[in-house]
Parts: sequence; structure tokens; C-alpha cells
Amino acid sequence: MKRRNFIRKTSAGTALMALGGLGLQSFSRTSASTKITILHTNDVHSHIDSFNPNDAKYANKGGVARRATLVESIRHENPNTLLLDAGDIFQGTPYFNYYGGELEFKLMSKLKYDAATLGNHDFDNGIDGLYAQLPHAKFQFITANYDFSNTIMDTHTKPYKTFFKDGIKIGVFGLGIKLEGLVAPNMFKETKYLDPIESCQEMTRILKVDETCDLIICLSHLGYYYKNNPNKISDLALAKATKDIDLIIGGHTHTFLPKPTIVKNIENKNTLVNQVGCYGINLGRIDFYFDTDKNKTANGTSIIV
Amino acid sequence: MRFTHFFFLLYFLVFLNCEQGKLRLSKIEGTQIAISDSITTDSEIESFIKPYRVNIQKDLDSVLAYSAGTYSKNDGEFNTALGNFMADVIYSEANPIFKSRTQKDIDMVLLNHGGIRGLLNKGNVSKRTAFQLMPFENSIVVVALKKPQIDSLIDYLSTQKKAHPISKLKLTLDKNYNVIEAKIKGKEITNNKTYYVATSDYLYNGGDNMNFFKPNDTLYRLDYKIRNAIIDNFNKLDTINPVIDNRFTQIK
Repeated sequence: MKRRNFIRKTSAGTALMALGGLGLQSFSRTSASTKITILHTNDVHSHIDSFNPNDAKYANKGGVARRATLVESIRHENPNTLLLDAGDIFQGTPYFNYYGGELEFKLMSKLKYDAATLGNHDFDNGIDGLYAQLPHAKFQFITANYDFSNTIMDTHTKPYKTFFKDGIKIGVFGLGIKLEGLVAPNMFKETKYLDPIESCQEMTRILKVDETCDLIICLSHLGYYYKNNPNKISDLALAKATKDIDLIIGGHTHTFLPKPTIVKNIENKNTLVNQVGCYGINLGRIDFYFDTDKNKTANGTSIIV
Repeated sequence: MRFTHFFFLLYFLVFLNCEQGKLRLSKIEGTQIAISDSITTDSEIESFIKPYRVNIQKDLDSVLAYSAGTYSKNDGEFNTALGNFMADVIYSEANPIFKSRTQKDIDMVLLNHGGIRGLLNKGNVSKRTAFQLMPFENSIVVVALKKPQIDSLIDYLSTQKKAHPISKLKLTLDKNYNVIEAKIKGKEITNNKTYYVATSDYLYNGGDNMNFFKPNDTLYRLDYKIRNAIIDNFNKLDTINPVIDNRFTQIK
């Protein structure tokens, strides 16, 4: 009797667990379709205040307090929203010189950023300066190709992170630029830079095969494209040479794009590459619409940019 | 037992349902939203930022010195009042630190013309001025160089034909840009002496194609930011009135 009781309880437990687990993936959905909204920034460079009205280039543009309003209204419209940053959070205004990045991280936490990758300027106060500000960041730092194991940053970043939004599993991984030549060696210390394409291949395999993600996003600080040095690894080069990435959110080159770029990957499938300039002047928004198979109207995915 | 059966059934239904609910990506839409003044500011975020802003402004704008004129890095051919001021500041602020650590003196200073990022405007001078002149976090380094590298340095200056800021180095070019006079602290440059050249870590690492700093005998990192040297100097001065002089000239 006791044994039977035990079995019954375990069965009930497992069934509920299964329900709970699957519920996350498929059953919290209320309709047969859903939308995932990805919001992103890059190279904000400590631009917390909006630009002066007399600024020659960006008069009255930007500002974190405005970005907060915008992000909040989009989250209200679609709770299935992720907010991501592609690095170079630090350096560019006295806020960084005075507070070392504290305010940048605190504000990004208040805006509920979900994840960020690291840019070269995030090492401007050294790896110790970056580490010192980590307690102010309530979001995850993601980088797959910086090996921090011999540094103070060890265990404080993850190669990737997965998110569940309305039954959709989203995998986000990060890629950073080669620090040598951009950052003084005494600043990045024993950070090892790993080949971005190899790291990318490993990440997409893990996220696609092991984690069975529905959406795979790369947060990159590699730079959009290097016209004068086309062999240098960039977001466009990465997109062409790899597979299974739905979206590359880029940074570093401060590239203002008229619209996201569609690149054919190594399997001749579409990968989207986007970047929104710099200094928090723009917010990027990519909406991914999911539908049931039976509702599909056309073959493949339509991209409207 | 009937209960257990019920849960098996539940499992089955769960899987069946999931098969039907399988979603696929059907459409992607990309847009860019400009953060313009048509978006209202979030008052909570704004009030969170405010004390930081006020504190910075108070510190940045407190008056440290007075500038007698408006000086630009473009107001001279081979040397400018502003460039001379910057290079001389590096010498006067960094030399005591270098000397206390090494018992040696800095022999000369070299900065780059492009590294001066703003104007020194007539009137009150504050920390903000220093941030405008030098927004970067570069620090002062002292490099031990021998005559062949000093020769390359001089060759660089004569071929660049730019007012790269220097201090304690005197350079005269003829009308064909050949060097006719090169002295450090008033003396000829000799083979057996080691010269201690102060510069920025950016230039030391090859910035602006300055490739003559490596290899070298020794590198001394002062861990002293160029901007902080400028601020320290502003604190000591009442009036700033630098001039164009004869440290780097061309005889035409």
C-alpha cells in the first residue's frame, strides 16, 4: 500500500513536472501564433543624456530616459520582448570618466536589459575596472570567444543564454572583437581571443541541436564589414560563413543602416544582420512572427525590412 | 492504479497537443526607431540620473584658471601655442613623477597633432576644458631611446610636416624639409646617451604611424592620464597664455 502510494505520488509529480516543463515551451500560449520582439542597441558609449540642441550632428537625439519610455511601451504592447546590447557600453562622456560605468550598468538594469556582449571599450578601465562594475549589472554578459579563465572575469560571463517567451525558445550567444591592437595588453591581461567562426559553429550546434532553440541570435561586436580589409572577420563575413543564425545584432563600426541586411548563409538560407549606429540614437526592433504549420500561407519565411 | 492510468493518458494528450501546436517562423519584420524628442522622458529614470549629472556638472564647470586667448591646434605651421602648451604640461607634470621613481629626467616630449581634440577658448578654464582637449583615457609613458630611434623620430616629424606637439626638442628644417638643426635640451644628439622620451601609450603602441618607439631599452608606465596632467596644471596656473615659438620651424 505504501509502495503504491509512493508510485502514485511520483507519477503525479512527474506528470505535473512534464506539464510544467512543456507548458513553458508550448502551453502558456493562448493562440496558435505568437510574436517575439527583439530590441537592441550598440555602441551607446556612455551617452546617457540626449544630445544638446546645438549639436552639429545629433541635435536632440538619444537619451536613456526616452529609450526607457519607448522600451516600456513596446513591452506593454508585446510582453514577449528581449532587450539586448552589442557592446561598447562604456566610454564617451564624463559619466564614464567619473563613475567608471556604474550608471550605465544601473540604467541598463532599470531598463531590464536581458543580455549584453562586451566591446573593446568595455575594457577601457582594464578588466579590473569592468569587473568592479559587475555588481551594478542585473543582466547577463554573453561572450563565446573570450576565454577569461585566467582572469578576474572568469565565471562572470556565459557563452550563451536561452530564453523562453510564449513557448518559443530563443538562444543568444556573444562574439567579441580581437582585443590586441585595440586595447592595451595590460588592460585585457590574460583574456584569450578565440576564433569567432569556430566559436560561432560551436554555439549554433549547441543552440540548435542540444538546446533545440527556435530562434538563434548572435550578439556581435566584430563590426559590420571592413571595406578596405574584406578578409577581416565581420558580421557580413560571419553570416556568410556559418549556418542556423536567424539574426546577428552588430556593433563596433557605428554603422547606420537604412534597413537590416539580408545575407545568404552557407546553406543559402537567410540571416539578418542589423546595427543601429551608435550613442543610443536609435533602437533596433526585429519582430519574429511564429505560426502553426497548418496556418502557413507560403513556403518559407517572408522578411519585411 | 486507476489514478496512474489517468496520468498516462495525460502524458499522451500532452504529446498529442504539442504535435499540433508546433510553431514555425513565418515572418520577420525589421524596423529602426529613432530616439527623438517626440518621445517623452521616463521621469523615474530621469530623476535617477539627475544627481549624477548635477555632481559631474558642478565638478566639471568649477573654474580652475583663465585663458588669455582662444587657441587652436591649427594656428601655426610647425608649432602652435596650444600644442606647445600641451607638450610643456606633460613635461612639467610628468617629470617630477618620473624623477622620483627613476632618479632620471625626461629629455623630451612628443604628442600627436590629431590628439588635440578641442579648442582652448578665451575665458574661464575648467575640468570640462581638459575633457574637450583630451577626451581619451590615454596615459603618459616614458620610453628609453637611443640615437638611431631619435633620428627616426626626427625624420618622422620632418616628413609629416605637421605641428605634432613637442617639448625640449628643437628642430629646424630648410626649405626642402631637410633637418638642419636638431637638439634635445639645447644639446646635440649623441650616440652614447639614452634619451627618455615622454609620450602617450597610444602613440607608443604605434598610433599615428609612430613606429620608432619599438624596440626600446625600457618602457616606464607612469599610470598618469594625459587629461589629469592637464587638470593638475590648470590647478597651478592663474592665466594660460601660451605662444608660438621657435622649437619647430622651417627656414624659407
